[in-house]
Amino acid sequence: MDATVIILFLAIVILTLVITYYAAKRTKSTGDFYTAGGGLTGWQNGLAIAGDYLSAASFLGIAGMIALNGFDGFFYSIGFLIAYLVVLFLVAEPLRNLGKYTIADMINARFDAKKIRGAAALSTITIVLFYMIAQLVGAGALIQLLFGIDYWIAVLIVGVMMTIYVLFGGMIATSWVQITKAVLLMAGMFIISLLVLFHFNFNISSMFTAVKTATSHGADYLKPGVLYTDPLSTISLMIALVFGTAGLPHILMRFFTVKDAKTARSSVITATWTIGLFYILTLFLGFGAAAFVGQDAILAANPGGNMAAPLLAQAIGGNILFAFISAVAFATILAVVAGLVLSGASAFAHDIYGQIIKKGKVTDREQMLAARYASLAVSVLSIVLALGAQYLNVAFLVSLAFCIAASANLPVILYTVYWKRFNTAGAISALLTGLLSALILVSMSPSVFSPVEGAALFVGEPIFPIDNPAIISVPLGFLAGFLGTLLSKEYNSARYAEVKVKANTGYRDAN
Amino acid sequence: MNTQPVSVERKQEEPINFVKVEESRKFKNFMHAKKKFIVPLTIFFLVFYFTLPILTSYTTFLNAPFFGDISWVWVFAISQFIMTWVLSTIYVKKANRFDEMAEEIVKEQLDKGGNH
Repeated sequence: MDATVIILFLAIVILTLVITYYAAKRTKSTGDFYTAGGGLTGWQNGLAIAGDYLSAASFLGIAGMIALNGFDGFFYSIGFLIAYLVVLFLVAEPLRNLGKYTIADMINARFDAKKIRGAAALSTITIVLFYMIAQLVGAGALIQLLFGIDYWIAVLIVGVMMTIYVLFGGMIATSWVQITKAVLLMAGMFIISLLVLFHFNFNISSMFTAVKTATSHGADYLKPGVLYTDPLSTISLMIALVFGTAGLPHILMRFFTVKDAKTARSSVITATWTIGLFYILTLFLGFGAAAFVGQDAILAANPGGNMAAPLLAQAIGGNILFAFISAVAFATILAVVAGLVLSGASAFAHDIYGQIIKKGKVTDREQMLAARYASLAVSVLSIVLALGAQYLNVAFLVSLAFCIAASANLPVILYTVYWKRFNTAGAISALLTGLLSALILVSMSPSVFSPVEGAALFVGEPIFPIDNPAIISVPLGFLAGFLGTLLSKEYNSARYAEVKVKANTGYRDAN
Repeated sequence: MNTQPVSVERKQEEPINFVKVEESRKFKNFMHAKKKFIVPLTIFFLVFYFTLPILTSYTTFLNAPFFGDISWVWVFAISQFIMTWVLSTIYVKKANRFDEMAEEIVKEQLDKGGNH
């Protein structure tokens, strides 16, 4: 580990701690803790959404996938971006208008059923834990590679940092860590992309020509089909990517940090531009790595391709750029896990403790305490799980999280806002069916069972042939919501009128 | 949709009649305008999006060259980005008009308890 790396690494640690210090002073109420008091501007929240969303898996994983697989790696970039149109057109504004801290709040604007809140909290916690384990295990492996320290120390460093941000600075600290990270990440991406383009004399066509012969795939590298050969698997993955984002609790929670639907909308626009530019630039990183680092060197550093971007930085920008990109990767991890802790904590402390156990009869002080205990609990639990999962291949957990979000949360969110007949039975059926079908199908899939030892968690033939079950579980979630609704007679059109008017006008009761 | 002060101004104590607001001509027109805008565009972007994996999975004609070594599949992929930016810009323009309609409903009906 050379001095530049250590200095930049410490700079990020200190900067985020200073942010947390100031955020802690401003965190006075439960609203401040969960939603930064609803006081972020559209720009700030847009950047924070980008910072929350663009994980190390996006930054390093997709650059590596494009470097190794060409066009097929780019599928992720497209799906992750178009997902924001679903968020913008169907979810963001009604969510802002109806909700307070969590997805369950929004659904409960229509139903006062504890069962629904419990089911929604369960799906949130499941998504958060899976996503978190994937991030922490990835982070541990990555920091181990970048800085040459032991896996468990790496997980502890990230785990302790995220706990400090959330515990003391709540959503204010988390938001500003995410904004800082988004700016650093975009700067890093721009610098590398410009250097890559410079090496090709700013001629994109000659970049394509160069990568055609750079890998063992030859001309196929530029065509679809290197990685995804089964049509249904490809389409299933694309379903999970495009519908998952609109159900991800840590992303949706960000919409409660702005004052109204108009600001929620403008934050999606900022996020869409930032995230879109980011994913276009992944192309230059991937191609650059294929051309200037080479397939063999990328694979030698990490079989998943995760080191493609840092190695490219080293190849074209020397040790200083390598150190900077490593530090950016570290900041990226911190920003994402902090957002996850907060949304997990809100499901425990607000939904389960505050609303279900205490029936909403809690003082602001008690709520704050509960939120902080819950943050600590979520952090400790995920650190312990991540320490135990070091040798497991957990990459599939991110796509599983997207799949649960698309199969359990999205159907209920859409039905709540747009379907008059929807009722309690429908909401519970959709949430549980979406959650369970995604879990069960994945547990029988090639991600969990593989005949090749070491390729998956267990050795054996997969019963379900597709890695990502979204093509089955998303329709199942919607269907269960539909059938569950029709099988129950319960139906409250006056309540729906209220929800519909509030969701569309932003009208709120005085208290 | 700046709605903070709203119901404070409302004099009477009885709950707002949301059903009446929902059934009002103005709200119905508002919903109709929103639907007419959102539904076709949502269908459009979903079809546009899923066309890409469907075409790359079942056909090969997108591999035809567009310019040099850049094939049509890349053009289609990049056009997904452009579509996202264009649609989100259109959405914001249109939503500003919807804000005005929503504000009118809040002022003329909800702030007065919904019985108008």
